[in-house]
Amino acid sequence: MDSRRLPRAVIDPKVRQVGFFTSCDPPPARSLSVPADTGASAIVPTDMSSSPPLTDIYITNNSFSSVRIPPPRQVSAEGLHSLGRAAGSTTSVFAHDVLSPHCWEGIQMPIGSYNSSEFMQGKSSMLSPSSSRFDDIDFSEEEATSACLIRTGSGKEAAAFPRSSGEVMMAIKSGANAPAKSALKTASVVKALPEVTEKDGGTSIEKQNEGIGAARSKQKTTKAERRAIQEVQRAAKAAAKDAGKGAKSTFASSGGALAVAKQAKSAILPSQTKYGSSVASERRVDRNPDKDGKKDVSQSSMQFDDKSRVEKAKRRAAVGHFEARNSVELFRHLPQYEHGPQLQYLESKFFHLDHIHPSVYKVGLQYLTGSTSGGNARCKEMLLAFQEAVMDYSTPPEKTPARDLTSKISSYVSFLIACRPLSISMGNAIRFLKNRIAKLDHNISESEAKSNLLSDIDRFINEKIIVADKVIVHHAVTKIRDGDVLLIYGHSTVVEMILLQAHELGKQFRIVVVDSRPKLEGKALLRKLVMKGLSCTYTHLNAISYIMHEVTRVFLGASSILSNGTIYSRVGTACVAMVSHTFRVPVLICCEAYKFNERVLLDSICSNELGDPDVISKVHGRDGLNDLENWSDHENLQLLNLFYDATPSDYVSMIVTEHGMIPPTSVPVIFREYGRDQLFF
Amino acid sequence: MEPNNLPNPNPSTDHGISAYYQTRAEHHAVVTSDWLAQAQAAVTRNAAVPEVLPKIAATGGSRAAGSGKAFSVIDEFNYWRKKPDLAEAVAAIMALAAFIRSSEATTMMELEIELKKASDTLKSWDTTSISLSAGCDLFMRYVTRTSALEYEDFNAAKLRLIERGEKFGEISLKARRTIAMLGQDFVFDGSTILVHGYSRVVLEVLKLAASNRKMFRVLCTEGRPDRTGLRFSNELAQLGVPVKLLIDSAVAYTMDEVDMVFVGADGVVESGGIINMMGTYQIALVAHCMNKPVYVAAESYKFARLYPLDQKDLAPAIRPIEFGVPIPSGVEVERNARDYTPPQYLTLLFTDLGVLTPSVVSDELIQLYL
Repeated sequence: MDSRRLPRAVIDPKVRQVGFFTSCDPPPARSLSVPADTGASAIVPTDMSSSPPLTDIYITNNSFSSVRIPPPRQVSAEGLHSLGRAAGSTTSVFAHDVLSPHCWEGIQMPIGSYNSSEFMQGKSSMLSPSSSRFDDIDFSEEEATSACLIRTGSGKEAAAFPRSSGEVMMAIKSGANAPAKSALKTASVVKALPEVTEKDGGTSIEKQNEGIGAARSKQKTTKAERRAIQEVQRAAKAAAKDAGKGAKSTFASSGGALAVAKQAKSAILPSQTKYGSSVASERRVDRNPDKDGKKDVSQSSMQFDDKSRVEKAKRRAAVGHFEARNSVELFRHLPQYEHGPQLQYLESKFFHLDHIHPSVYKVGLQYLTGSTSGGNARCKEMLLAFQEAVMDYSTPPEKTPARDLTSKISSYVSFLIACRPLSISMGNAIRFLKNRIAKLDHNISESEAKSNLLSDIDRFINEKIIVADKVIVHHAVTKIRDGDVLLIYGHSTVVEMILLQAHELGKQFRIVVVDSRPKLEGKALLRKLVMKGLSCTYTHLNAISYIMHEVTRVFLGASSILSNGTIYSRVGTACVAMVSHTFRVPVLICCEAYKFNERVLLDSICSNELGDPDVISKVHGRDGLNDLENWSDHENLQLLNLFYDATPSDYVSMIVTEHGMIPPTSVPVIFREYGRDQLFF
Repeated sequence: MEPNNLPNPNPSTDHGISAYYQTRAEHHAVVTSDWLAQAQAAVTRNAAVPEVLPKIAATGGSRAAGSGKAFSVIDEFNYWRKKPDLAEAVAAIMALAAFIRSSEATTMMELEIELKKASDTLKSWDTTSISLSAGCDLFMRYVTRTSALEYEDFNAAKLRLIERGEKFGEISLKARRTIAMLGQDFVFDGSTILVHGYSRVVLEVLKLAASNRKMFRVLCTEGRPDRTGLRFSNELAQLGVPVKLLIDSAVAYTMDEVDMVFVGADGVVESGGIINMMGTYQIALVAHCMNKPVYVAAESYKFARLYPLDQKDLAPAIRPIEFGVPIPSGVEVERNARDYTPPQYLTLLFTDLGVLTPSVVSDELIQLYL
């Protein structure tokens, strides 16, 4: 792996000179996150949160916060949160800091409670990246771009009212200082954050556990409020900049100012933030009523009618109970596994969930039980279910199909999410569908619109999955030569097709099927291959370093490919890729382009899916091996069953898509060239 | 129209030697017994059809109409190929441009099909040459991917095609100079440059650098068995550049005094790696080990939509190797003429599209083949 990384060190300086030739003081990643088109007043505050040496006041500020070790959870939660809106990332980091003094009140909270709130949040933005993508399909991307506009605006406006913003600034400062005092507690502080903001709304934590109806609405306020707070803080920064310009004070004096601020903090803080947020939110409404409207649609679509909301609350409670079992610290931001209670619950509620189309319901249960798995299959099933739902759809009076159907689809999607978090490919497909719905011509009749949609869905399935697979097979088969030993891992449909096709072409090759617990997906694949007469070797992941000696090619599927070339795939893929890279065996990733995602993923923590911890504690057919029985009774034992992992692009030799065989560095090119119009239409 | 009746200069049938090697030998004037034999053959071939090699402008009309013999891309190609400074791909591009001009097709579709056929003929003339097939593909892409095909008037559309074809030919002709301009910036005073193989682009870069009064030193590998290094060092010595010859196995020994490695390329593949004369890979490996930059000078018409995964993933280009002594019976000889250098061992590529990192190659290719 070093060999792959070292040459970049040689290349990098030259590239960087091209890219960031002006001033390299702020770390490039951060400076990139500053929207380029914001005014100077906006850039400076954003920069301040990322790169210390800009204003004196913030130097001290940052030196405080740099003392505290950023808790990993913050990073992950933050990462997830920012995924939806990349541009806002730096500021939202800061928002956590600002808010943390509130959190002092929340520290005592029982663990279960904040997890449940987290879950609520996950519903909208965390659950899976794709979900956040499509939930606010209409505004989340706009947000990324338009957020900067808002930001500059608020910054300026705040600067116009120096008195109030100055006060706000002090509040913020004190807020940033507070967490420095307790490095240890920050983890829980940050986690508790959403609730704390909710607390402002006047709800108690216990309530949250039970009355999720309230939590739903709270969540809405949370989001709005959080943004408002960001704005206030931005305004404060702008003001601080002004102040900094005016005083240009030394370290010491600014430190003094800080101390003053600290003393004054507690009195000012709550009311001030509250005030600022309300102002900000009002302002936002003024500025972009259109956007807010859209947001309301998508959010109300997630709020079911009252009855179901209560039911949902119960379900959440069950989850909360489940979660009280020992979940792994690093992965608490993910939706915790809840298979058992949920299946029973959903089955019992079949006749109550009348707003969910039966076919969607069926697919949801299939996801839940695992009878439909695999990226393509899940996506296809979902689209077919939507197709049926569209077929049976009739526009209620006084509603436009575009709006109403979108909200319908959104409610289906949130149902599906409740069954199992969406895969990125499904997120893309939903985005596509919603896009098509939004673009429906208002003048055409309902039946026409419906038939258009049906054919669109058909086209998506056909072009993006079926034909794409054929093209991939066509490409990949050329890389199989006589005498090859191919290693495969997991159960990718397209890889299977490649192998069968190569066999049909009469190529002489051998296959090593590598499998791993607990899913043992390789067995099903092995069966199919052996039935077709291919010669196979079956082994487990443990033996990979031994078996790799004789392998000449590694074929892997992917759940998603991210724009930095990272492969997001079945857990264990990264291990296979690394071992084969070490053994200098080329790794080919076969993946349809509709599974590409524009995000960047660096680790498998930020976004992942948790499975049933029980399946790794039990070994099928070996009941004697029951050392882990009642494992959940042990406070200090946590089981982690991850579904996915992220393979760095360094270990990947080639990605085979329907657009050809490309190096992993060219994933962004696919986006640029085939992006909007073709990939998602 | 198919020139199957023409003498195919590809001697793979008789010698087992790839046309790729043959072309190299012709261009680089490698004096081997094989080459002499081929040169002889070429002379006789030229003598047989001397009248079909006049100026390009004249060829199209006169030959198609006059001699009753169909215009042959191969002839045209061979004519351009004879020019000493013209790369094979450029020759193909010129030949294809001439083909459009002389075509008697009456519809756009027909013309396109004929052009496709001609390009396939050229490609099949030497299947081992990467730059030839890449050049043909790129020409087809560049010429036919235009709105001209929707013009109502066929003649206007044809003119447009000819125009584009010639423009592409022009760009290709100028490519080497562009690269020299870009590349010479990387040669700094007092630097020591290791060169492998006889690349006309690299020579152009070094020439320009020398004429810009840069003081640098060149180490040339011998380049067995073609002895390309001998010829290259000769050219440089005439420019007054200090040159030192190394045997191929002395690369690692001298690498610590080298500042940069300059190589050409037979083909640049989708991964950003290059296919070049045998030995490039090992030099790149050594350079990479010692953290020396490896620069590749290659024209953009060498960008090929290939993606080799390893060395054996390419059709080998077989060449004869003389050991001076008879090879013991029962001993095999590796006779491939080129190897594949993966992108992670390359620092930058100097192309007429600019100075690129290896990963941009795929970017350009995807754009071209969109």
